[in-house]
Amino acid sequence: MTDLPALSIEGLGHAFGPRRVLSNVTFSLAPGDFTVLLGLNGAGKTTLFSLATRLYVQREGVIRIFGMDIRERASECLRRMGVVFQQPTLDLDLTVERNLLYHGSLHGIAHHEAAQRAAVEIERVGLVDQRRDKVRQLSGGQRRRVEIARCLLHRPRLLLLDEPTVGLDIASRQFMLDHVRRLCREEGIAALWATHLIDEVDDGARVVVLHRGEVRAVGEAAQLLGETRTPSMRAAFETLVQERAAA
Amino acid sequence: MNAIHYLRCFAGITTREWLRFLNQRGRFFSALVRPLVWLAIFATGFHFVLGVSIIPPYETYIPYPVYIAPGLIAMILLFNGMLISLSMVYDREMGSMRILMVSPLPRWFLLTAKLLAGCVLSVIQAYAFLVIALLWDIVPPWYGYITVLPALVLSGLMMGALGLLLSSAIRQLENFASVMNFVIFPMFFASSALYPLWRVQESSLPLYYICEANPFTPAVELIRFALYEQLDLQSALVVLSWLVVFMSLAIYGYDPARGLIARRAAAE
Repeated sequence: MTDLPALSIEGLGHAFGPRRVLSNVTFSLAPGDFTVLLGLNGAGKTTLFSLATRLYVQREGVIRIFGMDIRERASECLRRMGVVFQQPTLDLDLTVERNLLYHGSLHGIAHHEAAQRAAVEIERVGLVDQRRDKVRQLSGGQRRRVEIARCLLHRPRLLLLDEPTVGLDIASRQFMLDHVRRLCREEGIAALWATHLIDEVDDGARVVVLHRGEVRAVGEAAQLLGETRTPSMRAAFETLVQERAAA
Repeated sequence: MNAIHYLRCFAGITTREWLRFLNQRGRFFSALVRPLVWLAIFATGFHFVLGVSIIPPYETYIPYPVYIAPGLIAMILLFNGMLISLSMVYDREMGSMRILMVSPLPRWFLLTAKLLAGCVLSVIQAYAFLVIALLWDIVPPWYGYITVLPALVLSGLMMGALGLLLSSAIRQLENFASVMNFVIFPMFFASSALYPLWRVQESSLPLYYICEANPFTPAVELIRFALYEQLDLQSALVVLSWLVVFMSLAIYGYDPARGLIARRAAAE
């Protein structure tokens, strides 16, 4: 199973009525990959996430999770996947711990097992003192940390994170990035990190540039700089986005 | 995923609904106060206006409060069914619905678990009402408290399924007020909850047919008979049929490929 891509998307397209939002999107992630899905607002990132998590059903193309077609084996695919949505998804009136336990139950994990895992994940995101606090009492950055802890509770091998740092301060953003990169490096988890913030692409990152529903480039950040002959990721992104528009 | 995973998931969803219920104690009291207001004010006021003849399952002339008690129990179930709907719409607006929807367990099961969890709360509130109703001399045979349980569960599930169906169609939380106007009140008034249908038939035949077709009416009658240790088989079958229809449509509504949720995404 480890030889198979954690996520493989081939020829994915989607339209809402006459409005096309994704066209022929193709890329893949190997286990342990940290890949940034870079695109402006409205590029189609959230639609792609909704298709990959089966909130919408795709009719064009194929999405495979560790080789399994999500249309055919949705349950097994979802079990291997941890998701942080762009929109906050915590229950504000439950405690941090309760939110994690609820998530555990949705994955069929036994209560005592979920409690043990929750304690570990809460510690990893530095919220031990807040574990019995209602989520409503937490700051935006803390809530995002809870979401990361929660999405790891069922030990997924693939993380899908849709704009996970939007609205966070610099320290919280850095914590999230470091935490996810560490998970990829040390635990071999694959992560697709969608963002419109170009400065979240560091030198070693693999990047998929998505613009107006199309993949404009896939490669290491350094490789994209070379191909576009630009000095910075921002310049490279602007070149990639404009090239096709001019053509 | 095997049976134990399903059971754990159901326990988790029920626990969350229970915690939410405990967090909103006002909800419990308002669910009780609403029918009690009807009992204390409306039933007392109309006591001398509406004469109720001897109709099954009653074997003698009964005071008006005794007549409307099953309807008020059904009202508790209806309000709770709509609260399931409200809770689903709220979850969708707050985002936590997504976490439910990306569970590896099938969507029909998740919706059914939500429905069952809501039904448990409905039944508890119905029994709390029956206890308080003793103060108004509404005293069914003691065995009736047991025989009414399956009727409460079946009716509670049917109204919860209606709530789920509505939640798949309601776009925003603000639209929920229209549910009060266009679902709860018409269902309650155009039924046998407040007056026997033979009296309706005497005054308006079209209204009588509407009352007969209203899913709330068989639920009221099922509870009424069950409270007096009798099975109204026809009402039970009609309630069961409505349950199947509402639940099937709700599952269809939440299907990402076909249902209303998908069409809504297309519209946005």
